[in-house]
Amino acid sequence: MVMTDTAQLVYQRPESLADVPTHYCPGCTHGVAHRLVAEVLDEMNLRERAIGVAPVGCSVFAYNYFDCDFVEAAHGRAPAMATGVKRVLPDRTVFTYQGDGDLAAIGMAEIVHAAGRGENITVIFINNAIFGMTGGQMAPTTLPGQTTTSSPLGRDVEQMGFPLRMCEILSTLDGTGYVVRRSLHDPKNIRMAKKAIRLAFETQARGLGFSMVELLSSCPTNWGLTPFDALRWIEEHMVPYYPLQDFKVNPEIAAARI
Amino acid sequence: MTRELWEGNQAMAEAAVRAGVEAYFGYPITPQTEVLEYMSRRLPELGRTFLQAESELAAINMVYGAACTGARVMSSSSSPGVSLMMEGLSYIAGTEVPVVLIDVVRGGPGLGNIAPSQGDYNQIVHGGGHGDYHPIVLAPSSVQEAVELVILAFDLAEKYRCITIVLADGSIGQMMEPVEMPLMQPMRKEYPDWAVRGAIGRERRFLSSIYIDPNDEEVMNYRLMRQWQEIEDNEVRYKTHQLEDAEYAVIGFGTAGRVALSAVRAARDEGIRVGLFRPVSLSPYPLAEIEALSRQVKGLLVVEMNAGQMLDDVLRAVKGRVPVEFYGRMGGVMPFPDEIQSEIHRLVDAPLEPNGDPRRSWLKRFAHVIDPDGTHN
Repeated sequence: MVMTDTAQLVYQRPESLADVPTHYCPGCTHGVAHRLVAEVLDEMNLRERAIGVAPVGCSVFAYNYFDCDFVEAAHGRAPAMATGVKRVLPDRTVFTYQGDGDLAAIGMAEIVHAAGRGENITVIFINNAIFGMTGGQMAPTTLPGQTTTSSPLGRDVEQMGFPLRMCEILSTLDGTGYVVRRSLHDPKNIRMAKKAIRLAFETQARGLGFSMVELLSSCPTNWGLTPFDALRWIEEHMVPYYPLQDFKVNPEIAAARI
Repeated sequence: MTRELWEGNQAMAEAAVRAGVEAYFGYPITPQTEVLEYMSRRLPELGRTFLQAESELAAINMVYGAACTGARVMSSSSSPGVSLMMEGLSYIAGTEVPVVLIDVVRGGPGLGNIAPSQGDYNQIVHGGGHGDYHPIVLAPSSVQEAVELVILAFDLAEKYRCITIVLADGSIGQMMEPVEMPLMQPMRKEYPDWAVRGAIGRERRFLSSIYIDPNDEEVMNYRLMRQWQEIEDNEVRYKTHQLEDAEYAVIGFGTAGRVALSAVRAARDEGIRVGLFRPVSLSPYPLAEIEALSRQVKGLLVVEMNAGQMLDDVLRAVKGRVPVEFYGRMGGVMPFPDEIQSEIHRLVDAPLEPNGDPRRSWLKRFAHVIDPDGTHN
């Protein structure tokens, strides 16, 4: 790239993001979420001290994209594995990156108890209301009436039960320092998500307990929508069911000037 | 060095402490809970990590995470809890990180009971978790030996980057015996070059059991198998008693082997030339040594606290050369020496054919217990 005196670099790959091609589907918001986490690691100068824990699901390959140390957990067990890492290395920044099947179905016990213990880790929770990697089955977060390959006539809450709102559940626990929900469906919300991710890592840096940012995300492939329509679907269907708000913010974080 | 009276579970915990264990994660389950309780007090006072997990599933995954940092790390449990750990153990094996686990076996299957048993032999020695892997398995028959094997377990796990399991039973865990406790080892200062501890001034590392390309996964499996064969060549351990002139031999591991030794001594007093072979490493199993034994003696008696899970390994080594008898007690019941002595008499006086079925023959002798009314055909 030729730089002239007047050129100003406005967009580049964060140092914490590896220079590799993505495997995520076109229009999927995992890439946005990865970038936001990487930007925060850069801003807080955490890349060399960060240890990520990858889940099982579409983001099973998260470790390919972050230029920091990583381990790969069994399905749902990322918070337990992160606990093992953090307890042995308390001065490192430890984060998990988990989807809704991983965190809210098979990993429910591990996430609840990590939060209850006030485990000083950061959880990035991707809620796209579906199992992505296995091809679009019903998740604990699948909306009432939503069609998936394992709820072909739509999620019937009489028979299949109701979606789980994880922020609402976890924020009742005393061990949590920061629990918020954001969305990735437009630039304004993406900026708000970035700030929340920053505050979640600030929570960990200050030893204020468990932090989690839930990110409403799109899955155009398994929803059967174009990338643009998928973003609209988040806004029109997911946001009303999963309100975007702060559920728990430690006062020290609320007062922090970032 | 002084000998002190130690309970088995607490002794194994202190042995791990003296071996430099940095972190322990566990969950209460009888008859191993004293390991957890002991660690909950001892590790924090030494500035090391103790955490009671919400389940054995979580505990083994905490162990997995801590092991990835290169720390000396362990857990302990008993049979139903170890069943829950099988997922994590397979991942740990697939990631090639060292972990030590103590299984204080109790009666089963299912909830079973809390009495001593060896019913976990197959789950621990021949598998458990999915995929091709082998843990090293060591079986103590006394509290002193349990202490020594726990310390050895850490060294072997790290030498081969594998899982090493100390397979004890409820009686080893619960009984008190005099022990010479080893000296405290200094804590490790340096960590292996695969450890994930943050990419400070170096390239990033990641540890995983995922090899999405089947060709890579196969190479990983070849590597595990080659490493296992190296372990088979170097890490077979066993103890023998009075085998030099033996015409008959009893084979038993752990507590069953220890009870069998009393029976062997009593039979010797009767003039029967019988000895004891006690496998200490159940994995790798002393196949060659038992094969050699089968060329020396006229008959073998296998004694276990299960339905003959190790018996199959003995038969594999003996290959029908000599008669093999089996005597097992199950469900948390321990054999008495006089029961085993009677079995030695049977072996001497009226053995099975070399290719007989020792398990069927044994079960028939318990028909009156299974079916006291004699109504079952």
